[in-house]
Amino acid sequence: MNNTIRVLIVDDEDDFRETIVKRLNARKLKAEGASGGRKALEILKEKEFDVMVLDVKMPDMDGIETLRHVKKLTPDVEVIMLTGHASVEFGLKGMQLGAFDYIMKPAPLTELLDTIGQAYNKKKEGA
Amino acid sequence: MERNYTKIWWQHCLAIVGFSVIPLLIVSTSLYIVFNKIYTDQVSETLLNRVEARRDTIDLFLSERISQIYTVAHTNRIHELADEAYLNKLFSIMHAKSDSYVDIGFIDAEGNHLAYVGPYHEILKSANYKNEPWFNAVMSQGIHISDVFMGYRHFPHFIIAVLIREKNERWILRLTINLKNIDDIVQKAWTGSLSEAFIVNRTNKLQTLPRFGGEYLAPPYYKIIRNNSQEKAIPYPDFSSAAKTRVKRISIQGHDAFIATSPIRNTRWILVTKESPNEILFSFMRGRNWTIFFTSMGLLVICTGAVLFTNALINRMKETDRENDANSDMLLQANKMIALSKMAAGIAHEVNNPLASISENAGWIKDLLADEDISSSPNFQEFSDSVTKIEQHVNRARKVIHNLLGFARRMEPEKEKINVNNLLDETTGFLENESRHVNIRIEKQYADDVPVITSDLSQIQQVVLNLLNNAIDAIGSDGVITVGSRYLEKSDEVEMWIADSGKGMSEAELNKIFDPFFTTKEMGKGTGLGLSISYSIIEKLGGKFKVQSKLGEGTKFTIILPKH
Repeated sequence: MNNTIRVLIVDDEDDFRETIVKRLNARKLKAEGASGGRKALEILKEKEFDVMVLDVKMPDMDGIETLRHVKKLTPDVEVIMLTGHASVEFGLKGMQLGAFDYIMKPAPLTELLDTIGQAYNKKKEGA
Repeated sequence: MERNYTKIWWQHCLAIVGFSVIPLLIVSTSLYIVFNKIYTDQVSETLLNRVEARRDTIDLFLSERISQIYTVAHTNRIHELADEAYLNKLFSIMHAKSDSYVDIGFIDAEGNHLAYVGPYHEILKSANYKNEPWFNAVMSQGIHISDVFMGYRHFPHFIIAVLIREKNERWILRLTINLKNIDDIVQKAWTGSLSEAFIVNRTNKLQTLPRFGGEYLAPPYYKIIRNNSQEKAIPYPDFSSAAKTRVKRISIQGHDAFIATSPIRNTRWILVTKESPNEILFSFMRGRNWTIFFTSMGLLVICTGAVLFTNALINRMKETDRENDANSDMLLQANKMIALSKMAAGIAHEVNNPLASISENAGWIKDLLADEDISSSPNFQEFSDSVTKIEQHVNRARKVIHNLLGFARRMEPEKEKINVNNLLDETTGFLENESRHVNIRIEKQYADDVPVITSDLSQIQQVVLNLLNNAIDAIGSDGVITVGSRYLEKSDEVEMWIADSGKGMSEAELNKIFDPFFTTKEMGKGTGLGLSISYSIIEKLGGKFKVQSKLGEGTKFTIILPKH
């Protein structure tokens, strides 16, 4: 098993998602994007990921809903909630549902990388 | 809204006074009127009885005199009466047991003295009475009591005369009555020190010597002393036509008087007595004075009570108004806060997503600048600077948004035990270096008895830190920040304050400092959110947040937190 962290970025904001995927890939991570909750679940059925960065507020299926499905489908994927909302409640709710942490948008990439690293380490320890 | 307290004061006061004073006055006045009537009636009755008793005494005296003369006249012979020696003997017997008579005379039908016994022998023996009024009266009536007159002796006196008929001849036996007898009887009516009693005849001439004013045969007058010691006589009304006994209360030139009049039988005399109401109504007057005194005291008590009660009422009203004003101010502020926090949350969300995209894209450019072989480009430095600036400003915007979110946060506050003095110490510790740089001294005024409170440590710390930062900014350099604490025993609260010696704020600024985005700091230095967040934090913790400021003297923020 190689050390490359496989990350799935789920966000309906195309510009944000695409750029962050590019930037993570540039940092030797294996990142992919999904434009919504349903899309993310489809991708998860086919591929394996270590960490998932999940926006809370999305139009078709919101972050909390997606998180529930993810935790049922692939419970070993660590989820980081991403929120642009003043939603500490959402963050906390996500944590209760098994998310690893939450990050407030806009966050510097370094902070996101740190959190992804921690999540990855936790997953490895758990495995 | 400012009420007109003075107007309300007067309205209340007058209403209370009016509703109490009017019944009091009505009761007092009607009592006075009723008692005045009863008392006056009683006094009148007494006076009537008194004047009648006096009159009866005079009647009796005169009747006795008449019967004595009549007896003398008809039990002696004419020639005996005409004999002066006999008459003298007779008069001595009459005079022996009584001083009622002055002299006696026996007169023939021509008016000449046949015999005379008395002290005026020389003047009267040769006098002729034919033209005297009493002579004619006795001739026609047979018996007559004269009014007082001067006569030949030039001295006031009156006489009783009886006609004696024998065959066809007529004689008159005349006796002069000692006026002192009548005077004595009349003077017995001078019961009080201001009482007056006298007798007038049908032509209003005095028949007795009055106590205060007038001479025999002059009209009676009621004497008073006027200014400059000049005496001016004020006459009594004319009582000479009184037909029966009566008592009247009259006013003589403004002087109140009770007058009782009674005609005397067998004469043409009127007995007049006068009493001063001040004297006979003395006990009633005293009662009236007490009534006036108690009524006045009552009025005083009512007025004092009304003033005190109204003052208390108005003060309570003012206090309530003040509280209401303060409450509505607070309510307004709280509503503002709720509306703003909703808006802040909305804005935060809407701005955060584009901001995140900008941030990531700028980051991507930065990444590319490092990776690609662009460093040789002549504009490389420009690109690099630009991207850095974009990142800086995104960062700035991020801070604003996060502050807004902090403002909008609706997290349940933590409950932990806090030593307030330690909290202040720790928090000032963060800024000690910074303040030392700009020569600002932090003075601590902690009270020892401040109890441990239960509240949210980090939130209070955030507020204190914010206030200290503001204080340093307000001073700039060289100054003092005072940090203090004390225990408010009455309300069981803890007070903390942070005061600076900075430039202070105007009234207008002071009114706006809790409004979000209001700042006195330079452009770009402050978000204008610190104090509004501090305010909402302290409110949520159940405390009070106050500010006092004066231009040029500095600003003082006070936080009051409940113990639990």
